[in-house]
Amino acid sequence: MFPRIVYESFRRQARRKLLAGIAITLGVTVATAMIAVATDIGDKINRELRSYGANLVITPQEDTLDVEVGGINLKPPSDGAFLNESDLPKIRGTFWHHNIVGFSPMLPVTVKLGSGSGARDVTLLGTYFNKALSFGKDDFTTGVRITDPWWKVSCGDGKESAKCGWPADDSQNVLLGERLATKVNEKAGDTIEIAGRRLTISGIISTGDAEDDQIVAPLALAQQILGKPGAVRRVYVSAMTKPPDALSVRDPKTMTPEVYDRWYCSPYVESIAYQLQEVIPHSHAEQIRQVAQNEGTVLSRIKGLMLLITFAALFASALAVSAAMATAIYERRVEVGLMKALGAGSLAVSAIFFAEALLLALAGGIAGFSAGALLAHQIGQSIFNSQISIEPVLFPIIIAIAVFVTFAGSAAAIRRAVKFDPVFALRGEG
Amino acid sequence: MSSIPGTLVTPKQVADRRAQAPHTSMFARMLLRAAVLRRRRAASALLAMIVAAAVATAMMNLYVDVQAKLRTEFRNYGANIVIVLKEGQTLPDDALAKVESLLGAKTLAVPFSYAVARVKGGQSVVVVGTDFARARQLNHWWKVSHWPSAPNEALIGMRAAAVVNPKAGPDRQPFELTFQGKAIELAPAGMLQTGAGEDSRIYLDQSEFQNWTGVAPSTIEVAANGTAAEVEASIRQVAQILPAADVRPVRQIMEGEANVLNKTRATLYASATLVVLTSALCVLATLIGWVFDRRRDFAIMKALGASEHLINGFFAAEAAALGVVGAILGFFVGIGVAALIGRVNFHAPVVPRFSVFPYVLAGSVAVALISAVLPIGLLRRVQPAIILRGE
Repeated sequence: MFPRIVYESFRRQARRKLLAGIAITLGVTVATAMIAVATDIGDKINRELRSYGANLVITPQEDTLDVEVGGINLKPPSDGAFLNESDLPKIRGTFWHHNIVGFSPMLPVTVKLGSGSGARDVTLLGTYFNKALSFGKDDFTTGVRITDPWWKVSCGDGKESAKCGWPADDSQNVLLGERLATKVNEKAGDTIEIAGRRLTISGIISTGDAEDDQIVAPLALAQQILGKPGAVRRVYVSAMTKPPDALSVRDPKTMTPEVYDRWYCSPYVESIAYQLQEVIPHSHAEQIRQVAQNEGTVLSRIKGLMLLITFAALFASALAVSAAMATAIYERRVEVGLMKALGAGSLAVSAIFFAEALLLALAGGIAGFSAGALLAHQIGQSIFNSQISIEPVLFPIIIAIAVFVTFAGSAAAIRRAVKFDPVFALRGEG
Repeated sequence: MSSIPGTLVTPKQVADRRAQAPHTSMFARMLLRAAVLRRRRAASALLAMIVAAAVATAMMNLYVDVQAKLRTEFRNYGANIVIVLKEGQTLPDDALAKVESLLGAKTLAVPFSYAVARVKGGQSVVVVGTDFARARQLNHWWKVSHWPSAPNEALIGMRAAAVVNPKAGPDRQPFELTFQGKAIELAPAGMLQTGAGEDSRIYLDQSEFQNWTGVAPSTIEVAANGTAAEVEASIRQVAQILPAADVRPVRQIMEGEANVLNKTRATLYASATLVVLTSALCVLATLIGWVFDRRRDFAIMKALGASEHLINGFFAAEAAALGVVGAILGFFVGIGVAALIGRVNFHAPVVPRFSVFPYVLAGSVAVALISAVLPIGLLRRVQPAIILRGE
C-alpha cells in the first residue's frame, strides 16, 4: 500500500512534483557549482598569480657580489661562478615539478654596441624565449614567454607585423630594449654590430624594467659572445606555492623526520627552493620575497571571500528548497485530512511525505549535481580558460546535503499538516 | 464601528462619526487586514523577501568594495610607478613632496640614490641612500633583522655581508667604505634579505649618504592607489611636473594586478549572480504559495462583484508593499552581512553603498509582482464557486 500511495502521488500530481523538483534541482545546481568553484579557486588564482613572474631564483653557491646600477652591470663579465645549462632540465625532476610553471636562465654579458668611436657598453642578456627541452620522457617548453608574461615585443614603430617578433632560441637574432632602441635609433629588421658581430634585430622589447636598456638574446648567443658554452648566471623559477604558515618558515635542519617529510611534501616556496638546490649542483635557491611573500596574502583573501560567498549560496539554495517543499506540502492538507479520517496515524502520514521528499531530493540532487558540474565547467572555461574539475567525492556529499535540506524544509510543514484537524481540512477551512 | 450601548444612535450620527473618523479607504483596510489576519504566512513571505534582498545587497556591496580592498592588498607588492632621472639631470629638492601632494595622501613615494663604493679589500659594492621609514612601508616583503635607528648605521644585504665582513656573524663590527677617496665608518644595524638585487647592496640613510658621496636621489619609487586608468593618469600628471625625469609604470606589478583582479571580479560576478538568482527563486516559491493559499479571498471578492482589474490591483499592491518593506529591511541586514564578511576576510569594514538601494528595491518589487501575478493568472480561469466549495 505504502509504495502505491507514493507512486500514485507522483503520477497524479506530476505538475506539483515537477515544481518542487525544479526548485531542488536549481538549488543543488547552484550549490554544486559554487562548491566546485570555491574548492578550485585557490589553484586557479595561484596560476594567475604567476603573471607576477618568477618567485624563486637559483644562483651559483660561490657567487660573487652583483655590482649593478640602473641595469648596467659593473662586474667584470667572466668574474664569479656559473651554473651549468645542462643541469637545468633536472628542475622537472623535483618532487613538485607539476607545480613548476616554467623557468628562465639568465646570462648577462657586457658588450660593445656599434663600432669605432660611437661604440657604447651595454648589457646583453642571454635567456630562453620558448625553448623546447626534455627530461626523461617529459617534453616541455620554457622561457621568459612563460615566466615573464608582461614582456612585450613590437616592431618599434608601434605597429605589430609578421616580420618582427620573438627570435627563435637557436637563432642569431636579438631583441633591442625599448629605451636603448630610441637612444641608438634602430628598429626591428635593422642589423647592428654587437661585440664585433653583425646581428639582426628581430623586435623591440618592452618590460618596464632594466631590460628596456639592454639587449635580449638567445642564451646560446650570449654564451658564444662570452666564450663560455653552457654557462648560466642565474635561473628564475616560477612555481605555484602554498601560502606560508607556521611549518613553512621552520628550518629543515631542526625538524624531526615526520615533520621534515610533511614539510618536504608541501609545496611551500621554502621546500621547493630546497628541492631545487638538491637537483642543481653547487647552487643556492632562494625565494624572491616581493613575489613569494605577497601571493599568499592575495590568495588567502580571495579564497576566504569565495568560501564566505559559497556559504551565502548554500544558505540561499537551502532556503529556496525549503520554501518550495513547504508550499508543496501545505497545499495537500485535504489529502492529509482524508488519510487521517480513514484512520492513518501521524507516523504513517509523515512517512509518506518523507518518502516523497527523499525521492524528490535524490532526483533533484542527481540532476542538480550534473547541471552544477556543467555550470562550474562553463565558469572555468569562460573565466580561467581551464577546467574546473569536480571531485567525485563531492557527489555523495551534495546528495546528502540535498536530502537533509529537503527534509529540514519539509519537516515544519509536515508537522503542521499532520496536526491539522481533519474536519477543518476536509471542509476546506483554515 | 461599535456603538456605545445604552445610547440612542441615529443613522445620521453614525454617518457623521464616520465622516469625521480618519479616512482609510476600503482598499488600504483590506491590505492591512490581510497582513494582520494571516500573520504567519505573511511573516514567512516577508522573511523570504528580506533574506533575498539582504543577500542581493550584500553581494552588490561586496562586488563593488572587494575590488578596492584587493587593490589595497596588491599595493603590498610595492611600487607601481618608478620615476628615473634622465641622464645629466637633477631632481628638484621638493620633487618628493610635489609627487606626494599631487597624488594624494595615500600615495607613498620613496627616494633612492645609488653609488658604487669600495670596501677595505678593494672590492666594489653598490651603496644605496634611502628614507628607511618610507622604504619599510613600501617594501613589506623586505626581511630585515633590525632596522637602522642610530646615525651611521647601515642595512646590509645578505650577500653584501660576506664582502663587508668576511668573518660573517652576529658581531656588529664597524666597517669602512670609500667613495672617490672619501671614507666613511658605518655600523651594521641589521641584515636585509629579499632574494633579489637588494641582497647585494648596502643601504644608508639618504642624508648621511648625500653628505658622504654628494650624490642626490636619482630614482623615486611610487606606490599609487587606484584603478589602472587612475594610475595611468597619475603617471601623466607626474611626468608633467617632473620634466627632468622618465616616469614609467612597473609593468610586472600593474599587469599582474590587472590579471588577477579581472579573474577575481569575473568569478565574483558569476557567484553573485547565482546567489541573487537563487534567492529570487526562494521568494518566488514562497510568494506563489502564499497567493495560492488565499484563493478563497480571491473567490469571495470575485463573488461579491469585484472587477478583475480591482483584484489584480489588490494583489499587486500587496506584493509591492511586501517588496518595499522586504527591500528596506533586507537592505540593512545585507549591509550588516557585507560589513561582517569584510571584517572577517579583509579585517576592514565594507563601506555601505546606498547607491545599490534603488536596484535592490526595484528587483524586490519586480520579483514580488511576478510571483503575485503568476498564480492570479492561473486562478482567474477558475470559477469562484469551485474554489469556495474547496475543490
